[in-house]
Amino acid sequence: MTVNLESAPAVRGSGTPARAAASAGRRRFGSRAGALFVTPYALFVVFVFAVPLVYTVWISFHRFYFTAPGTHVDSPWVGLSNYRDVFTDPVVGQAFLNILVFLVINVPLTVGLSLVLATALNAKIRFRSFFRAAYYVPYVTASVALVAVWQFLFGSDGFVNHLLGPLAPNPSWLVNSHLAMPMIAVFVTWKQLGFFVMLYLAALQNIGNELYEAASVDGAGRIRQFFTVTVPGVRPATTLVAIYAIITGANLFSEPYLLTGGGGPDNSSVSPVLLMYQKGIEQAHPDFAAALGVVLVAFVLVVSLAARKFTERGN
Amino acid sequence: MTASAKPPQPQLQPQSPPQSPQSQPQAPAPRPRRRVRPGRIAQYVLLSLGALVFLFPFYYMLVGSFRGTTAGDLSSAVPTGLTGGNYSAINGAISLGRSLLNSGIMTIGVLVCTLVFGLLAGYALAQLRFRGRGTVFAVLLLVQMVPFQLLTLPLYVLVVRDYGLGDNYLGMMLPFAINSTAVFLFRQFFLTMPQSLFEAARIDGASELRILFRIALPMARPAVLTALLLTFIGPWNEFLWPFLVTKKSTMEPLAVSLASFLSNLQGTVSNPAGALLAGACVLAVPAVALFVLFQRHFTSTDIDSGVKG
Repeated sequence: MTVNLESAPAVRGSGTPARAAASAGRRRFGSRAGALFVTPYALFVVFVFAVPLVYTVWISFHRFYFTAPGTHVDSPWVGLSNYRDVFTDPVVGQAFLNILVFLVINVPLTVGLSLVLATALNAKIRFRSFFRAAYYVPYVTASVALVAVWQFLFGSDGFVNHLLGPLAPNPSWLVNSHLAMPMIAVFVTWKQLGFFVMLYLAALQNIGNELYEAASVDGAGRIRQFFTVTVPGVRPATTLVAIYAIITGANLFSEPYLLTGGGGPDNSSVSPVLLMYQKGIEQAHPDFAAALGVVLVAFVLVVSLAARKFTERGN
Repeated sequence: MTASAKPPQPQLQPQSPPQSPQSQPQAPAPRPRRRVRPGRIAQYVLLSLGALVFLFPFYYMLVGSFRGTTAGDLSSAVPTGLTGGNYSAINGAISLGRSLLNSGIMTIGVLVCTLVFGLLAGYALAQLRFRGRGTVFAVLLLVQMVPFQLLTLPLYVLVVRDYGLGDNYLGMMLPFAINSTAVFLFRQFFLTMPQSLFEAARIDGASELRILFRIALPMARPAVLTALLLTFIGPWNEFLWPFLVTKKSTMEPLAVSLASFLSNLQGTVSNPAGALLAGACVLAVPAVALFVLFQRHFTSTDIDSGVKG
C-alpha cells in the first residue's frame, strides 16, 4: 500500500553516514533514549490501531453482544456465519455499489479539477495566496458546518433550485434516489479539492522547466504541453490522489448521515461505514458490523491496487 | 484570436522564398507574447470562477446567519435586515459555550499530546538509533493508510464498554491523541538537520531530551506550525467519534451538538435555518481563521511530505 517510496532513502540517509566513533557513542546512548522516546507513540499505535484491528477480526468470527462494563456474556465462535449475513444482505451490496458510484464521479473529477487549478495557480500570477486560501477553506472546515450550508443551497426550496427555476430536478437533489449519491460525491470533491490542489502544486515543482522549453521549441502549445509534460510529470501524485480518494470514499459517514438523512432515499446513498454504524450500534449487531468492516478493508485494498495499476500504466 | 492566428501562416509555406528569411526572425518574437495574453486571461477567469464556487457557500452561510428571516430563495444572499438573533437562538438550543468548551478541551488535549509525544517520536526516528526503529517507522506509514472509521466499532467497544470512558474527555481524545501525520512531518524535518550539530551537543554532555528541546525544536518551528494546523482540524472537525462516545449533551463538542440540532432540534427555534447557519459559522470560523492567519507558513511542500507514505 505504500504509495511513495521516496521516504526509503531518507531512512538510510539517517543511519549510514557512520562515522565510526561518534556512531558507536551515539548507539550506546541513543538506543536507550530512542526506545524511550518512541514508547508513547508505539503504545498509542498498539492500543488505538493494532488491538482494535485484531479485535474486529476476532468479533467478526463470533456471536458478539454489547455488555455493560464488568458483566460477562459468552461470545461463541460462529465461523463465517457473520460473513454470510453480510454477503446476503441486499443493503450491503447497495452500499458498495454506492461507493463505486462515488468513486467513478469523485476520482476523475478530483484529479481533473485539482490538476487544472494547480497548473493555473502554478504560474506567477497576482492574488496567488488569495486563490490558494479560497481553495483550501472548505478543506479546513468541518463537514457538519458545510453540510448545513449545502442542505440549504440544494434543498427543495433552496438557492440552486430558485436559480434553476423550472429546470430544477424533481424530486430535488438530496431526496432524489438518482442524484443523492452523485451529490455526495460532488460535495466531497468540492470539500477536499483544496488539499489535492496543494498536492499537485508540490508535484508541479518537481517538473523541470527545460521539459516545457523543449516542448515549446518542438512547437507544442500550452494545451499540448499540459498533456505531454504536465500530466505524465505528476503521475505519482495522481496515484496518491486516487488512493486518497478511495480511502475517503471508504470512510464516508457524516455526509450520508447528515446530508441525505441517513443514506436515503431508499438506501441510495448509504455507505458501508454508515451501515456499520446502523447495524452495529443502532441495531446492536456488532458482529455483523465487524465482518462488514473486514470486507470493506479487503475492498479498499483491491480498489487501491487496481487504481495504482491504472494510474501507473503509462510508465 | 482569428486575426492574430493568421500572420504565422505564410511562414509555414515554403513557396515564398524571398519573404521567408525576413519573416522568420520576426515570427518567434511575437509568438510568446501572443500566446501568453489569452492564456493569462483564461487563467484568471478559471481561477476566479473556481474561487467563486469555493467561497460562495461561505458567503451564503455568513449572510444567512445574520438575517432575521432566512429562506432558501435568492433574496437571502443579499445582506439586509441583519440581526444577531440567530446566534442567541442557537446558543439557547444547544448551549454554544459549553459545546465550544468541549471542542476546545478535546482539541487542545490532542494538540498537546501530539506535540509532546510526536516530537519525541519524530526526533528518535530521525536522529537516534535503537532496536525496532525500522519497525516503528514501517508501522507509522501503515497507520496512515488505515481508514480510521473502520476502527471505530472495535474502539467503541473497547473505550466505551470495556474501559468505561464514555462521556469522558480522555475517551474523546484517545483515538486522535498522537497524530501520525505530525510524527511523520517531525521526522522528515529532523532528518534535514545536520547530525554534527547534535553530536557536538552530545560531546558537551547534553542529554537527548535537552538536545531535542533546546536545539532541534527551535529550528523546527515551521514543521511544528504546519503540524499544529494539520492536527487542529482533525479533532475540531471530527464528528463520528465524539458522536459515539458522548451520550450527555453537556459533553458534546460543537460538531456533534450542531449535527443533533440539524437532525432533530430545528423545530425549537423560530428561524431554524438561520440558527443552523449561525452554528455552522461558529464551528467554521476558528479553523478558517487559523489557516488564513498562518497560510504563509502552511506550504504545499509541507502537505506533500505530510502525506507521503
